[in-house]
Amino acid sequence: MSKVAIIDYGLCNLDSMARAVDICGGTPCVTAEASELKSADRIILPGVGAFPNAMKNLQDAGMVAALNEAVIEKGRPFLGVCLGMHLIAERSVEHGKTEGLGWIKGNIKRLEPSESTERIPHVGWNEIDFEMPHPLLSGIENRTDFYFVHSYHFQAKVSHHIVATTPYCGEFASIVQKDNIFGVQFHPEKSQKAGARLLSNFLSL
Amino acid sequence: MLGYCLIFYLFNKVLNYVLKTRIIPTLLYKDLGLVKGVGFDSWRRVGSAMQSIKVYNMREVDELVFLDITATQDSRQPDFHLIDDLADECFMPLAVGGGIKTIEDVRKLLMVGADKVVVNSQAVVTPDLISAIANQFGAQSIVVSIDARKTKSGDYEIYTHAGKTPTGLCPKDMSRCAQEAGAGEILITSIDNDGTMEGYDLTLIEEISRTVSIPVIASGGAGKKGDFSDALRCGASALAAASIFHFTEQTPLEIKHHLKDQRFPVRV
Repeated sequence: MSKVAIIDYGLCNLDSMARAVDICGGTPCVTAEASELKSADRIILPGVGAFPNAMKNLQDAGMVAALNEAVIEKGRPFLGVCLGMHLIAERSVEHGKTEGLGWIKGNIKRLEPSESTERIPHVGWNEIDFEMPHPLLSGIENRTDFYFVHSYHFQAKVSHHIVATTPYCGEFASIVQKDNIFGVQFHPEKSQKAGARLLSNFLSL
Repeated sequence: MLGYCLIFYLFNKVLNYVLKTRIIPTLLYKDLGLVKGVGFDSWRRVGSAMQSIKVYNMREVDELVFLDITATQDSRQPDFHLIDDLADECFMPLAVGGGIKTIEDVRKLLMVGADKVVVNSQAVVTPDLISAIANQFGAQSIVVSIDARKTKSGDYEIYTHAGKTPTGLCPKDMSRCAQEAGAGEILITSIDNDGTMEGYDLTLIEEISRTVSIPVIASGGAGKKGDFSDALRCGASALAAASIFHFTEQTPLEIKHHLKDQRFPVRV
């Protein structure tokens, strides 16, 4: 079984993610210890919270260096969820400008309504559109609904890093990927069958 | 080209490719079980929390709201162990309220598996709590719940502490302040309509939906399918209900089929 480190940076709903990983056949290890990442086969950075606090907590725990070592140097599969997806961008404008991990080129911007009926935060079930088959989406039909709850989105600079988009506030990137690094804007751990399938796919990469 | 774009846009709308309307069963917890009352009174027991959550999980409902309605009155903290157990069965979004007074309460609730917290009385007592939660955990993690009663003059007044304490505050002002402080959603409940199953208070829902640009969850009074579509026409983003699911044969899925027939976007 694959040991999956779920990073605890003091901000979020970790139980749901750990349980979902367990159901999907992984061995979850919720940890705030940077050293734990050395023995992990896969890493999930979950997310609820505000960007600046999250980045500061990661830095204070020595997680930034440990993440760079595990994900960039050793190439361990990495999944950032919601805020965890945002943290892999270059920078965010949430509550002032903050530098992110900078793994995938792009910035985190606030969602801007394109129609008067669109409310922010974007909360609820919405579909993801993907044109090409992708290992993370194996067995998931195009335009399946996932659960979103966010006010900011990942504006990727390189178009081929965008795996799927979601039609809200125009359109935003709901899945990004570069090599072994994956980021999803929605919450697979809260997205019932489709979410479980996506997590299983991540665990078998 | 323009014609093609327009056809493509309409095609997408018809095929339901937009944010879906959430139907949210509300679970009210009191004295170790679930209850449902009328006008925030005359509580009837309606079963165990764990049992209900398992059923709703199986039915893949859009989201759940769980409110410990006497925690604040009894000066109790949220029951973190209970929420931990319930959240373990919940492979869907869970919003939890009741007895939340501090940032530490919020942190603990999120840690044990709540996705959002619902703050009601304390948002009136210490409004700074809203911005503190939003700054620490993000706007999406806080739902400000407002319980309102119609006054003799036809305005609305907010009541806290499970509808027992009048505040003299106006729901419109409160929802505007909550949004400015960083709330992610407003849960607006009509105490007068609650449990009557005679329909949502559409005037109240429309007022709040017009006042804020964050999502508004309508609550209180849903008793038949048409009530849900009525509230959507008044601007609600999501629809919470309890009695209709406890006391009738209707399920969230049946409500969604009705909404689909009315051309509202839903996940069925």
